[in-house]
Amino acid sequence: MSQGSTRKTLASIAHGRSGDKGNHANVAILGYSQDAFDWLIGFLSKEKVEDYFKPLGVTQVERYLAPNVRGLNFVLKDVLAGGSSASLRSDSQGKTLAAALLLMPLPPDCPARLFFKG
Amino acid sequence: MDKVRIGNACGFWGDDPQAPAHLATGGNLDFLTLEYLAELTMSILAHQKAKNPQAGYAGDFITVLQSLILSLKAQPRLKMVTNAGGMNPLACAKKAKEVLDQAGIVRRIGYLTGDDLLDRLPDFIRQGIALENLDDGRPLEPFLSRVVSANAYLGSEGIVQLLEQGAEIVITGRVADACLTVGPAAWHFQTPLEDWNTLAGFSVAGHLIECGAQVTGGNFTRWQEVPRYESVGYPIAEISSDGSFLLTKPQGTGGLVNFETVAEQLLYEVGDPSAYLTPDVSADFTSVEIQDIGSDRVQVGKAKGRPKPPLLKVSLAYRDGFMASGTLVAGGGKAREKAECCGQIIREKLRQANALPQEFLVEILGAGDSLPGIYQRNDPPEAVLRLAARDPSKGIIERFTREFAPLVTSGPQGITGYTSGRPQVREVFRYWPTTIPRDLVPFQLGFL
Repeated sequence: MSQGSTRKTLASIAHGRSGDKGNHANVAILGYSQDAFDWLIGFLSKEKVEDYFKPLGVTQVERYLAPNVRGLNFVLKDVLAGGSSASLRSDSQGKTLAAALLLMPLPPDCPARLFFKG
Repeated sequence: MDKVRIGNACGFWGDDPQAPAHLATGGNLDFLTLEYLAELTMSILAHQKAKNPQAGYAGDFITVLQSLILSLKAQPRLKMVTNAGGMNPLACAKKAKEVLDQAGIVRRIGYLTGDDLLDRLPDFIRQGIALENLDDGRPLEPFLSRVVSANAYLGSEGIVQLLEQGAEIVITGRVADACLTVGPAAWHFQTPLEDWNTLAGFSVAGHLIECGAQVTGGNFTRWQEVPRYESVGYPIAEISSDGSFLLTKPQGTGGLVNFETVAEQLLYEVGDPSAYLTPDVSADFTSVEIQDIGSDRVQVGKAKGRPKPPLLKVSLAYRDGFMASGTLVAGGGKAREKAECCGQIIREKLRQANALPQEFLVEILGAGDSLPGIYQRNDPPEAVLRLAARDPSKGIIERFTREFAPLVTSGPQGITGYTSGRPQVREVFRYWPTTIPRDLVPFQLGFL
């Protein structure tokens, strides 16, 4: 993310929401178009998401698809340092994880036709 | 075509207390639902009940009920379903009846119990039901003496029976959140509780509205496009007998209902979306068709369901020490360095006093620490220093909370923000996710 200020991020092609289940979190990323969803299936692997959230102590990531909402749903195990009942973190419920993942830079070869036009 | 209009005006304990009156007034509802119980809430309520046998329910509900007096008088057919009963549905029902009696309102109150398993845990364990932690497989027994609450998530059957027997206000303890919607819908249409597709549809409706304004523009990624959050409308599901429904909000309110707000909420707190388990059904959220028909109206239908799971989820929590957190503000430049220095000072003082908590976390908020290692660290002119600690000993945590104030005069220059007094020490009730066979959990109905 070092020289990312001018780079496009995931937020250009997708929206998202995250929440908690005990010490785990789910992060849903939803493409703005069918093309964006199809591209995300190739780009946003569970390994890539696991790597992104590694600093938070995530131990395992599962990815599920919900094509009806163009969604990729990631379940992040053990990512909340104890969860809402015991975590010392400000964001003990993972509320900001989706917004944080949407900051992931897109590669330069991401087709411009995928960008959300509003 | 016959429809039932169900609106949810409370997404958690602490949600806007004025929302229920607004939704009841502007929603043209058959049912108003209010959801109060998060994972942690039951253990807090259990703690309250242990101190006072008449406590242990969501007290906010009583205030909300007072605010609904005019609506209940003006709309004699308006019914309510809430899980405000928490650990003590009977006490909650009694208090609610008091409020209604005083206002001269006659409504039959029904309450549902049977979810509270705390006293039965030793028996379960003796019978060989180990109540293993779903995350790591550990058996519960070594933790048994520290368990503060254990509640099965009941399904919709009890709610349906209460309504069948004339209840107009239904007060439950722990039920799955979606049941606050599934119960009234299934009762209204006399839906067989084995009609899995229809129950899946009702459950999708319940799931979408259970978090209140989170489906009507709250927490939406493109929040800048959401009009008038200050008067956000709470959600209404206008449900048909086949389980399809129109999701909307009262006219003239703020907020936003469109394909994207609904899609985000559909996947909120979901694991495998093709098998969303409730006590009533295994709902396939990927089968659902969502159609934005404009003007804050979204049509949802075609849900597919499979038979309900044989196990009920149990919300269980055990005492695991004490915690506290507090903040200071570092200003005037080099905020990150100043905040880091303060963190070090406190850590060192506690270490020297042999009082360093087992867990000790320093977050420099504004410098990228809320998600450490995800955001790039930066050098803001000001930052919030947040310190949090947990330890088995209450004394250690009390000691920790006394270390904040001295930093204002005995640390780096530019430390301020110590205005709300010493941080509060609270007991930690750590969550223990587990399940139990459903045939071991009968429910009971009561009326007032």
